[in-house]
Amino acid sequence: MNNQIHKLTEKFYGSLYRIRRVEEEIARIYHTDKIKSPVHLSIGQEAISVGVCEALRPDDTVFGTYRGHAMYLAKGGNLKKMIAELYGKSTGCSKGKGGSMHLIDIARGVMGTSAIVGTTIPLSVGYAYALKYKKSDSIVVSFFGDGAVDEGAFHESMNFATLKRLPILFICENNLYAIHSHHLRRRHSDNIYERARTYGMRAERIDDGDIFKIYEFTNNYVKQSMLGNIMPVFLECITYRWKEHVGPNDDFHLGYRTKDEAEYWIQNDQLKKLKSFLDTDISTKIESEIELEIKDAFEFAEESHFPEANELYTDLFKDSKCNGF
Amino acid sequence: MQRILSYPEAIKEAIEQEMTQNPSVIVLGQGIDDPKGTLGTTKGLVDKFGTERVFDTPLAEDGMTGVAIGAALAGLRPIHTHIRMDFVLLAMNQLINMAAKMRYMFGGEVFIPMVVRSIIGKSWGQGAQHSQSIYPLLMNIPGLKIFAPSTPYDAKGCLTQGIRDDNPVLFIEHRLLYYQRGYVPTGNYTVPFGKARILANGEDITLVGISQMAIECLRARQYLKEIHIEAEVIDPVSLSPLDINTILDSALKTKRLMVIDNAWMTCGAGAEIITQLIERNLPRDVVLKRMGFASVPCPTTPSLERYFYPDAKTIALNAYQMLFSGKKTWQPRTELQIEEVEFKGPF
Ligand SMILES: Cc1ncc(C[n+]2csc(CCOP(=O)(O)OP(=O)(O)O)c2C)c(N)n1
Repeated sequence: MNNQIHKLTEKFYGSLYRIRRVEEEIARIYHTDKIKSPVHLSIGQEAISVGVCEALRPDDTVFGTYRGHAMYLAKGGNLKKMIAELYGKSTGCSKGKGGSMHLIDIARGVMGTSAIVGTTIPLSVGYAYALKYKKSDSIVVSFFGDGAVDEGAFHESMNFATLKRLPILFICENNLYAIHSHHLRRRHSDNIYERARTYGMRAERIDDGDIFKIYEFTNNYVKQSMLGNIMPVFLECITYRWKEHVGPNDDFHLGYRTKDEAEYWIQNDQLKKLKSFLDTDISTKIESEIELEIKDAFEFAEESHFPEANELYTDLFKDSKCNGF
Repeated sequence: MQRILSYPEAIKEAIEQEMTQNPSVIVLGQGIDDPKGTLGTTKGLVDKFGTERVFDTPLAEDGMTGVAIGAALAGLRPIHTHIRMDFVLLAMNQLINMAAKMRYMFGGEVFIPMVVRSIIGKSWGQGAQHSQSIYPLLMNIPGLKIFAPSTPYDAKGCLTQGIRDDNPVLFIEHRLLYYQRGYVPTGNYTVPFGKARILANGEDITLVGISQMAIECLRARQYLKEIHIEAEVIDPVSLSPLDINTILDSALKTKRLMVIDNAWMTCGAGAEIITQLIERNLPRDVVLKRMGFASVPCPTTPSLERYFYPDAKTIALNAYQMLFSGKKTWQPRTELQIEEVEFKGPF
């Protein structure tokens, strides 16, 4: 392995490990009811967020969904504020008013995640319009699941993005299911990326979850757009969610999917794969630093205060209060 | 001499002046740069400001509302126009689930300086899907501000305020208001949220008319004047937030109050206004009444449509009934005139 790839491997491993362990901790303490917020874990899908976000610059902006822990962390979102948010504390990234599904970190370019399927797709397109209008050379990445492709707003957004030649990368995280509904129960063909092409953009699919391929693709897009080749591009990443749709548990007993199907992806775990590329002392060092950070973050959340009652009325409008405005 | 403008001219002037002063202001919407330019309100803007700032949109109300929100998140000030308010129904997801609550649900980290313009398309057989005014639905949503001005003066001032406001603002116009003419200052000015306008003073009864119904109330006032009844006419102008105190003061003075909604009444603005009055310990001897659309979709034929809407005549008759509780009978002498009531201002 040459030095550059080695460095990347270390970075990717750290980021993947951090996300995996944060979510495992969330799952571990979830039964205590300290996190009173539905959690949609990304375990198994982390490589997409990491592969994409590692190729972005700090001033690039990402939009995502309620399954947004991985994206938030991969883009550099503040871990302490994230855990405090899940705990409903006033020190959370959304002051306790958002919870797991509404994470934001403006300083790191995380523009806020939404619980309504498909809603952030047009927002990211509008954001990209504004970037182009302001002659900024940064880009937007819009993350969404395969379920969002069913929504009208998806198609409305694809059309507008190509019409206006916007600097946006669409990342469809196709984990095959929307809650319990297989994607082939919801569409005639397995062709999401091909459909994106019909709007006039380049669209590809990476079907093995390989983090380096995802990184390469994004890196290429970022470079191209810095050269002034501005067009929306679409990437469908096939992936798999290991846990239940919402919550910390496994759900293979429900019967809507098979353990066999999952097995391919569990064997293909990018975290495990990257670890095998690293010397043990290096991976151990990375891991122990992250464990400390995670411990700190949960302690911070535990010790933080809940918002005061009067916080109920703040932040509805800018420069105004909702009671009497 | 005071300069007189029409309602759409006042709107266009507000947009043009704000665009000139602030390069962040952009205008988008179906047909805004076509030869008619949204009934004249956006005509010529594309020539002056270019296609990046003024552009036609695909027929995608929900998606384009999201685009406007996204652009607002990035610091632009979009004015998204809908030639019919009915089409705003397709944008409810973005308006209500995103625009209205993003600031709150992200703990104040973002703000959305956006205006959504929409025109109510009453009359001349517009029919069930081209005549709706859904502001009561939207008044139900915290996080949205709503203006529905009836005069050219307020149209310019409210729109200017809306464009400068850092929050999602709905600006509701009415097709028949486009015939209004009145005093409009040439310079910039704003009309504040949460301040109702007393359009005419009176001692005998208070008529609160929303949007174009304010004009019908003024016409009803002329009928009532002939039999020496002096009606006070209030235009709330700002529906959310609502200025209940001005309405309350008037009700306390006249002891009779009627709200004429420009919409269906169930869970409507009239219900809201009257409830708020009662909650503020309005004395029980104050007589209250609502008027609004008949509880059916709007029929197309003129013979039925005339029964669907309140108008100056039915408002005057209801006011008369309220004053004399059926003891005397009266018919407005004048046949209904469709001509506008001119506003001379200044307010
Ligand atoms: C507009 C809308 N419809 C339905 C739902 C209910 N819902 C929540 S998550 C979900 C599945 C979405 O699947 P996908 O987009 O593939 O994302 P994933 O959960 O697989 O990450 C559905 C249907 C919703 N939140 N929003």
